[in-house]
Amino acid sequence: MSEARHLLSINDLGAEGIDEVLRLADTFVEVGRRPIPRVPALRGKTVVLSFFEDSTRTRMSFEAAAKRLSADVMTFAASASSLNKGESLLDTVRNIEAMGVDAFVVRHACAGVPTQVAGWLAGASVINAGDGAHEHPTQALLDCFTLSRERAGRLGVSPARPRVLEGLQVAIVGDVRHSRVARSDVAAFTALGAAVTLVAPPTLLPPSLEGWPVEVSHDLSSVLVKCDVVYLLRIQAERMREQYLPTLREYTATYGLTAGRARLLSPGALVMHPGPVCRGVELAAEVADSPASVITAQVANGIAVRMAVLYMLLGSGTALAAGGANDG
Amino acid sequence: MAERRVLLRGGTVVDGTGSRKADVLVVGSVIGEVAADLGAGPRGALVLDAEGCVVTPGLVDVHTHLREPGGEESETIESGARAAALGGYTAVVAMPNTTPAADSADVVRYVLDQARSACCHVQPAGCITVGREGKVLAPMAEMAALGVRLFTDDGTGVQDPSLMRRALEYASSLGAVVAQHCEDASLAGAGCMNEGEWSSRLGLPGRPSLSEDVMVVRDLALARLTGARVHLMHLSSARSVEAVRQAKAAGLANVSAEATPHHLSLTEALLGSYDPVFKVNPPLRTPADVEALRHGLSDGTIDVIGTDHAPHPPEAKQVPMCEAAPGMIGLETALSVVLTDLGLPIERVLALMSWQPARLVGLTESQGGPIVPGAAANICVIDLARRWTVDPARLASRSRNTPFAGRALTGRSRHTLYAGEPVVVGEEAQR
Repeated sequence: MSEARHLLSINDLGAEGIDEVLRLADTFVEVGRRPIPRVPALRGKTVVLSFFEDSTRTRMSFEAAAKRLSADVMTFAASASSLNKGESLLDTVRNIEAMGVDAFVVRHACAGVPTQVAGWLAGASVINAGDGAHEHPTQALLDCFTLSRERAGRLGVSPARPRVLEGLQVAIVGDVRHSRVARSDVAAFTALGAAVTLVAPPTLLPPSLEGWPVEVSHDLSSVLVKCDVVYLLRIQAERMREQYLPTLREYTATYGLTAGRARLLSPGALVMHPGPVCRGVELAAEVADSPASVITAQVANGIAVRMAVLYMLLGSGTALAAGGANDG
Repeated sequence: MAERRVLLRGGTVVDGTGSRKADVLVVGSVIGEVAADLGAGPRGALVLDAEGCVVTPGLVDVHTHLREPGGEESETIESGARAAALGGYTAVVAMPNTTPAADSADVVRYVLDQARSACCHVQPAGCITVGREGKVLAPMAEMAALGVRLFTDDGTGVQDPSLMRRALEYASSLGAVVAQHCEDASLAGAGCMNEGEWSSRLGLPGRPSLSEDVMVVRDLALARLTGARVHLMHLSSARSVEAVRQAKAAGLANVSAEATPHHLSLTEALLGSYDPVFKVNPPLRTPADVEALRHGLSDGTIDVIGTDHAPHPPEAKQVPMCEAAPGMIGLETALSVVLTDLGLPIERVLALMSWQPARLVGLTESQGGPIVPGAAANICVIDLARRWTVDPARLASRSRNTPFAGRALTGRSRHTLYAGEPVVVGEEAQR
């Protein structure tokens, strides 16, 4: 696994690869707590954040992760680029690589672009930071990390044990059809042993679920009473070229995690969301801010997980400069 | 002045009347003699080796994009006709989705002019509607007067059923066929591959086969109503093949159907590479669809194999999937792919690729006819045993967007004679 050059899809990792990332991330959490949260692990390496689609949280999280590993970070903003002057994506990427770049963190509105970019580059690594409705692997990894830590904390077991999500019932609710997070999460959660139920109106499910290791429900309330985790997805209005829903109001009434519906959750159940949250649509404000919500933990864990991914792909393979610290 | 003499020696002649071992002597632009053994032929004759080969009427493609005028960076009439000749074709129908579109006598005349020196016959097709916009009928009679025998808005289908009805009614008096690109635009949306298991997994927007099925069913009904000649281009879905089968069984005789080598041999799984070379409209579909198309070929539901040769420059393909131009080239690989992948008898292959398409577009005077003395010498010689590997860099097309790069194929056109001229000899273009 450690030989892999790119992270394009959760399937590139498999259960063992995910475990490796989670173990590494565990050591990097401690780095974030230091007065100077920085290790020299990637000193001399250059990471380019190439976001061809808007992003705040993921871009800043990758930037923080790279800087904490002492990598040099360059940011490419599509709106200010020569793409606007007619330069192709291919030329743009090759020109940036010619400046001496070790890794591209790529986000694009079209599925498959990170895979294409990986094919165009001579030697640099590509990390998929979200491609269309395909995958968002680092989001799924930070979700697994968050779940494993929360679960370990509650059960008093090591978060680093294999198949740490074994037996967990996870409901993924909302616009699965257009969600790259859902595709990566389904792959990652099930690889670690969790059972996943997709909850959405038929229009917001993928056209085919052939081969997906999931259950499907159109009745959120009946799923809430038996799940350990409810993972809400944002309704992605920007990807909706056709009419998938009569109104957002009706969506909230049938598929939203309202305060009333949240009371169906068993004690200890967790509420997750990849952000940005549309409060009052898929998730009521008081539920987002309740103790059941681990949404801010997801964001915080994102940095350690992305440090782990960068380290795994770009690290020299020598002992981790974090000095074997653990966060016990 | 001595006329050129070419002797095709040692082959087996296969045409619509059957097959027999025979040498073929071409004199000038016509066939002079067909006989069991013509020896070394008359003095000064060019002797082309056809030992072990099939000598047959040249192939006819009713569905070729030559891109001229307006898209000369990806293909010209000259380069496309050369690619066609190398693929064994002696006639192609040039699609009208050029820039400007061939929706008037002027553009048709331009194509005819450019085609005069091409190494195969280039028959211009005309648009059904002005600018292929699907709003106003193009002057079909004016174009028919110049020899246009096929009208299409290919690239997109005519969406408005009322306009399509009028187009069919109007064209029915012109002796022309109206060819439809069968995709309902609303159902196809912005899809860049077949909708289904693979698109769902890959997160790419899908084009459901439904978008083809509903337009095929609609146009079958319009063909029944109007009696006009309707040709359904590049069928790709099992249900549309079945719809055509049932319509023909019910006696609808004025409808023909086409399939492409790529829809007959490739599936949507190739899109898993996210390589836009596999993006095409209608999209590559499931193994079950491929099976249904092949069945349609063998039982006569599908009448012709058309290439839908669609050249694109690298800058239109080396881009994100959602932005990439749809289409793939096929003139130089079509025959080989059909011979390699479909397991059809050679007579059936040639019916589908030569005489049936020639009949479809009214070219039987000079194309696809029997190899007999006095007939026009549009001939190809096929080596059925030839093994070769597709190398995009060695194709004569100006474009490289073949989905068969690296594929090992068996069977290839060796010589092509167009109007008696050996335009391809030993797999090499002569001009």
